[in-house]
Amino acid sequence: MARKRNPAGIIFDIIKYAVHDGPGIRTTVFLKGCPLRCQWCQNPESQKVEPERFRGVYGRKYSGLFSGEDKHTIGREVSVRQVISEVEKDRIFYDYSGGGVTFSGGEPLMQPGFLFSLLKESKKRGMQTAVDTSGYAPWSAFKRILGYSDLFLYDLKLMDDKEHIEYTGSGTDSILNNLRKLTAAGARVVARFPIIPGITDRPDNVRAVGSFLMSLKSIDTIHLLPYNYLCKDKYRRMSINYPLKKLEPPSNGELRVIGRILRDYGLKVKVRGTE
Amino acid sequence: MNERISRLRSKSLSIRPYLSAERARLITAFYENGCHEQNSVPVTRAHAFEYILKNKRLYIDEGELIVGERGPAPRATPTYPEICIHSLEDLDILNSRAKVAFRVSKHTRNIYKKRIIPFWTGRSIREQIFRETNEDWQKAYAAGVFTEFMEQRAPGHTVLDDKIYRYGLVDFKTRIRERILALDFYDDVEAFDKREELNAMATAVDALIGYAHRHAVKLRRLADNAENPRRRKELKEMAKICDWVPAHAPRTFWEALQYYWFVHLGVITEFNTWDSFNPGRLDQHLYPFYKRDIATGRLTKDRARELLQAFWIKFNNQPAPPKVGVTAQESNTYTDFCLINLGGLKPDGSNAVNELSYLVLDVIEEMRILQPSSMLQVSHKSPERFLERALKIVRTGFGQPSIFNADEIVQELLRQGKSVIDARNGGASGCVETGAFGKESYILTGYFNLVKILEITLNNGKGPLTGATLGLRTGSPLRFKTFDGLFSAYKKQLEHFIDIKIKGNIIIERIYAKYMPAVFLSALIDDCIDKGKDYHNGGARYNTSYIQGVGLGSITDSLAAIKFHIFDKKDISMRRLVRALRNDFNGFESVRSRLWDDTPRYGNDDDYADSIMKQIFEAFFEAVDGRPNTKGGHFRINLLPTTVHVYFGSKVGATPDGRSAHKPLSEGISPVQGTDKNGPTSVIKSAAKIDHVRTGGTLLNQKFTPQLLADAEGIRNLAALIRAYFSMNGHHIQFNVVTAETLKKAQRDPEKYRDLIVRVAGYSDYFVDLGKDLQDEIIRRTEHGRSV
Repeated sequence: MARKRNPAGIIFDIIKYAVHDGPGIRTTVFLKGCPLRCQWCQNPESQKVEPERFRGVYGRKYSGLFSGEDKHTIGREVSVRQVISEVEKDRIFYDYSGGGVTFSGGEPLMQPGFLFSLLKESKKRGMQTAVDTSGYAPWSAFKRILGYSDLFLYDLKLMDDKEHIEYTGSGTDSILNNLRKLTAAGARVVARFPIIPGITDRPDNVRAVGSFLMSLKSIDTIHLLPYNYLCKDKYRRMSINYPLKKLEPPSNGELRVIGRILRDYGLKVKVRGTE
Repeated sequence: MNERISRLRSKSLSIRPYLSAERARLITAFYENGCHEQNSVPVTRAHAFEYILKNKRLYIDEGELIVGERGPAPRATPTYPEICIHSLEDLDILNSRAKVAFRVSKHTRNIYKKRIIPFWTGRSIREQIFRETNEDWQKAYAAGVFTEFMEQRAPGHTVLDDKIYRYGLVDFKTRIRERILALDFYDDVEAFDKREELNAMATAVDALIGYAHRHAVKLRRLADNAENPRRRKELKEMAKICDWVPAHAPRTFWEALQYYWFVHLGVITEFNTWDSFNPGRLDQHLYPFYKRDIATGRLTKDRARELLQAFWIKFNNQPAPPKVGVTAQESNTYTDFCLINLGGLKPDGSNAVNELSYLVLDVIEEMRILQPSSMLQVSHKSPERFLERALKIVRTGFGQPSIFNADEIVQELLRQGKSVIDARNGGASGCVETGAFGKESYILTGYFNLVKILEITLNNGKGPLTGATLGLRTGSPLRFKTFDGLFSAYKKQLEHFIDIKIKGNIIIERIYAKYMPAVFLSALIDDCIDKGKDYHNGGARYNTSYIQGVGLGSITDSLAAIKFHIFDKKDISMRRLVRALRNDFNGFESVRSRLWDDTPRYGNDDDYADSIMKQIFEAFFEAVDGRPNTKGGHFRINLLPTTVHVYFGSKVGATPDGRSAHKPLSEGISPVQGTDKNGPTSVIKSAAKIDHVRTGGTLLNQKFTPQLLADAEGIRNLAALIRAYFSMNGHHIQFNVVTAETLKKAQRDPEKYRDLIVRVAGYSDYFVDLGKDLQDEIIRRTEHGRSV
């Protein structure tokens, strides 16, 4: 069956010269659909798996995969072959920069079969791979892609289970367990920590993140992703109510304080986009 | 920078350029006395040069280390009425125009009115050019099909090699004398012409030595009156330097810089050469002096830095001579395109980056002035540290240095028939033009409007803006049944106008050869002395005439739009397209939006558009490349715009890619503004599909927000991006880093920044279309160097 040999899934964007999603120059493929509902979500268009409407023009009108598509729709079904041939176009830049392809979302593990096929095909072609995940997925999905992802970018948000449920709709159990298992299995992981003022940036949460990571031993780097409200515009264009309208981004000073705490746990700290 | 440099720099930055009548007055006085009537043209030109250098005012500023000004003071800009007479109206425009203005005093205006204009009217090269070219040429010129570089400024477009660092001008003279003695009056019919040319070169060379000696005398007088004993000592040392160079080969780092500077002044005083002049591979030429002087303790690194900074300021003191009319529009800037080359390859093919290359980069970063411009020659042999050091300067949003592919430059020069050694000693000058330094006359003859040709094709030979017949009657556009049919008509029109341009060029080349020899410049460029021939008359070892194609992105997208919508998808008819274009899309908004939004476009790594770009490239290349010029060399193509894409755009109505009438065309080999939707890697992939080896230079401009370059990793990724482009034989890339300042300007003045695209969140948008709060947020993030 044709479909089996060339499975398909739903993506909502492909970004080239993505330089914050792993080492080197990368292409990031955004798979649609996420099981979490973080109140601060920067990509509300990634939450539902199904394609949806957008007021305004979304994405790259002229690029191979999205050309001819309704430009007011977010998300379309594409085959593994289509995605990989688009990713392959920038191979020369991966070669010169030590980069590769990153699969992000949404939560890419929401489409486990599609993600597995994308990773497998990428590795078959000798490309360096990364998966950007919330960690909220069945362990079986992780287990399947273990040998095919060179790097996991793994989000930690709130260490308190109740708070996690309050702000994201789900608990921490599977997220923390999956991370324990991943590191135990020898996977390379970089932790990512969204800094949401008044929510994730409280010192007790920061320290809990630090001590949890230290206990895992094999994770030595954490990226801070400071909150920004550029996404407000997207909420508006998608007619979704944005709960955090009044929230201000963290200052550089606050980020320095958080960085200092985490460094005490032996972590290398990098703020996204700065040194 | 120290107090002295800081003062000189501020002065150079603060004086508004103004016109000086000094040179015009002197050259008029010289010709008025009639001595040109007894001498050959080259000898007369040499005497005119001598007369100016003997009589012009000298200017030595407080604290200066390198001396000599082209005008009577810094930023005083001379004119060249023998080439182009500025009318009183021109002077008033220069004085009052909003951009690139030159102050014109009442006194200067008066001199022009009473002496300069009456004497030169009817005698200037500009008038001769417009007299000698035919009606076809003039109609095409007026319609904006092409421009003509030589109508206001003399051909120059060349760069010096290492010869002045090895020989003094007295050695040049010895060589000239030997050639005169070796002339064979029995078998060489040109022997007399050669003797005149060589005598003229000797006179010109002497004139420059004399000019340096005038400085030495003045420096001694200043020393005698100097109160500060340290300055007195310095002035005396400078006097000694001017005694020695340019007459003799330089012995020290300081002498080498002063020698070059006198030579530079000589070239730009003789004529208002395009691309002023240029020391070229400065880090290579100066390195032996630097190494020796440091080793002997004569020089410290700080002193070397200070001398280089003083040298930099001298360039900034000389704005490009004033241009008017079309020529001002095609290149509207004070920059005179002196492009310092750093790095690259040694003659033996090994990596040429040295300690001085890094020191010069420090100077560029610290000086932050418009002139001289600077570039990096990056070979696959160049160390990564060199490239990354330069990118840290690029990141500051200063636009310098630009980055060139040294290996590609060598390939381009080899294809044109240069020796491998001459190729490795070469580089790029002006904007991006490849040349064999010290050995080549490579003249940019004019920009060529690739988009206008399509407009003429779609109007069966007529220019729709004026209704005048300009080109061939290749048939009504409604009769093209296939894209190939249309393209072959386009090709015929293209060839037709290239023929017109080349015929004009050949006439203009001979006008300069016969009436305006460049005798001083000729002494500097191999093999003018050996051949006894002028630089303008085939004296150089290599002679190239360029025609620079403009609007590659716009013409590609326009033809892609026609192919896609009219012949493939058939969702717009040719009739409807032609009507929409004639009406500048008024009443055809849906057609326009379909053309603009739903056309495969160049710059997105999309083979549909990029294969059309390659077809256009081939047609342009075939029409031009290899055709003989009058100097024993050939016509070649370049793809660069300076500022002409704005002027050319003003001459073209609405285009099939959805561009409205009179709007700018795309620039260089960059995509149409705002249509590259896939980021820099896709632009680079598209641009790399051009066969750069068969050009003499291409220009790719990329806009970046500083967030992408904020950290070491950002710099490494940018370096990798460049390496990848160069591995695909890209010629040049430069980065326009959008600063918070720019974003603020765009917020205040949205019309001027229509094409500024920023990454918002998961999507990109025109900055000016964003709401105020979102704009503010992006400005804030840009200021803080954070990623968006």
